Amino acid sequence: MKKNRIGKFVLHRAAKLITLLIALCIVTFALLEASPIDPVTAYVGADTKVSAQQRELIAEHWGLDKPAVERFLAWFSSICQGDWGTSMIYRRPVLEVIGDKFLSSIALMMTAWVLSGIFGFLLGVLSGIYEGSWLDKGIRIYCHLLISTPTFWMGIVFVMLFSVKLGWFPVALSVPIGVIQSEVTFWDKIQHIILPALTLSILSVANICMHTREKVCEVMNSDYVLFAKARGESKGLIAKNHVLRNVSLPAVTLQFLSFSELFGGAVFVEQVFSYPGLGQATVQAGLKGDAPLLMGIVIISLLFVYTGNLLADCLYLLIDPRMREGQA
Amino acid sequence: MKKEPILKVENLELSFSQYTRGLKKRELTVITDLDLEVNEGEILAVVGSSGSGKSLLAHAVMGILPYNARTKGRIQYQGRELSQTDKERLRGDEIVLIPQSVNYLDPLLKVGQQIAISLKNETKEQQEEIIDHILGRYGLDPSVKNYYPFQLSGGMARKVLLATALTSSAKVIIADEPTPGLDEASLQEVLKDFREIADSGKAILMITHDIHAALEIADKIAIFYAGATLELANKRDFARGGEELRHPYTKALCRALPGENFEAIGGTQPLPSELPEGCLFSDRCPVCTEECRRARPQYRSIRGGKVRCIHAA
Repeated sequence: MKKNRIGKFVLHRAAKLITLLIALCIVTFALLEASPIDPVTAYVGADTKVSAQQRELIAEHWGLDKPAVERFLAWFSSICQGDWGTSMIYRRPVLEVIGDKFLSSIALMMTAWVLSGIFGFLLGVLSGIYEGSWLDKGIRIYCHLLISTPTFWMGIVFVMLFSVKLGWFPVALSVPIGVIQSEVTFWDKIQHIILPALTLSILSVANICMHTREKVCEVMNSDYVLFAKARGESKGLIAKNHVLRNVSLPAVTLQFLSFSELFGGAVFVEQVFSYPGLGQATVQAGLKGDAPLLMGIVIISLLFVYTGNLLADCLYLLIDPRMREGQA
Repeated sequence: MKKEPILKVENLELSFSQYTRGLKKRELTVITDLDLEVNEGEILAVVGSSGSGKSLLAHAVMGILPYNARTKGRIQYQGRELSQTDKERLRGDEIVLIPQSVNYLDPLLKVGQQIAISLKNETKEQQEEIIDHILGRYGLDPSVKNYYPFQLSGGMARKVLLATALTSSAKVIIADEPTPGLDEASLQEVLKDFREIADSGKAILMITHDIHAALEIADKIAIFYAGATLELANKRDFARGGEELRHPYTKALCRALPGENFEAIGGTQPLPSELPEGCLFSDRCPVCTEECRRARPQYRSIRGGKVRCIHAA
């Protein structure tokens, strides 16, 4: 009985993922087609020595002379066989480029993810428990300010303040300039990741804090907290016995659902800090009309976000006794 | 010498401030004149229809009203007026509440742990023992303590809520609708428990819809109507068709019982926003006169009970 349920769940999810992937590929390809960027011009740049004939040759080499539908089908059938194609701008296999960039991005994103999860949750719980107090008002003003601040602007302010004025952190990139790859220390990498990670996390902090606060307020106004008060439980005991327990479930879900925002934020942050990650590669692929790379990134990011959502759902099933033990 | 009641509520008035349209604020008075008193060793049943202010009274005594509620009047415990700080100190220890529904249990905390919250001074083993004992008394398996509230049936939830209070050493127990959902055997067990607890010198305030249960175990019965106490009657006053009762509403209530004439009166209880100038019951009262409509009647003592009616004698 239970096995049957799990099997159904997996099948359902897999079908959803596959249809989503196909739809996403079609939409992305159509958007690329509709964009005014000519990949050849983007590739050769302002070089006037390239003749019209040479341009045609390049286009032919990339297969750009064929109709869009034919190109899409060719790309689609090769990716179904596991061939992701070659990036036009990096002139390396797409999977290799993505693998490279993803590794440096994942460090950045996970640091931001952990930071925002911890701080967002703590601030949200404090704010909710002391609903209506000055502490709550302060935290809310802080969150509203952060939410209405664009990521890239925040990044620029951080660079100006911490890197240029105070000189605490390097201005950009993920490693020091002019140092051989093998001589880059772990400490160098840490130093370069702090500021972008902080920028990335600070927006999610506001988001997670506000959601957590909402949930804490709901719990604080619930009948069972009222009863807890009637039983003489102090604020601290109520927080420990009831609030944390009831709020951590949705918080965990929220944390995994935030994968998509994390990815979106990374695009901006990596741009501002010239951090060579997947976000920056996305911008490059889009601006240069690098169809294979962009399509590859889109697929990977979908898988990434989808995994986050799936983890959230599975965790809910695992942790919540109401889901775990079924309706009695 | 007459003993001082352990819990006494006098002229309790309760209102909520609400924002209506825009920033216009208005006060909605939901309780106008609540009075009651209960002595040690006594069970006072508080009877009244929905919206008569029964649960709010319980919340007012416990000091757990919402922030926009304002109260006037006096709540006295052991002859001393209770401030909010006093209530916070006493609640859970000397005054306990048995809440109305399973919603008052934490959905993610096992039943045993929730009962254990009342057992502050016992060791883990002692707690286990007491919990097993009390569950067993209501015919529940000891394994129930590992259940989550969503796994309980209505009747089981009721017993768990009772268990949270009956394990404590409180002097006053306020039970908000403790009987619905119980099977006959458990109901008798609960009522017997209440009686035993009261006989051991504690006071019980039993808020209920169930007049039958009330008449079975209560010593006195307070009748609420539209946020006021209309009568404080003794149990025996309900005998012989209720001719000893003092208020026309109580008499009508008694006649409406299935065992009596089973006869209902017309009309409904007025809404808090549409209370009449005079006696709250005036528009449904068979003996209403001009004077009744002019002003709210005083609360006075007659024949060992109390009543808020100018015609009572």
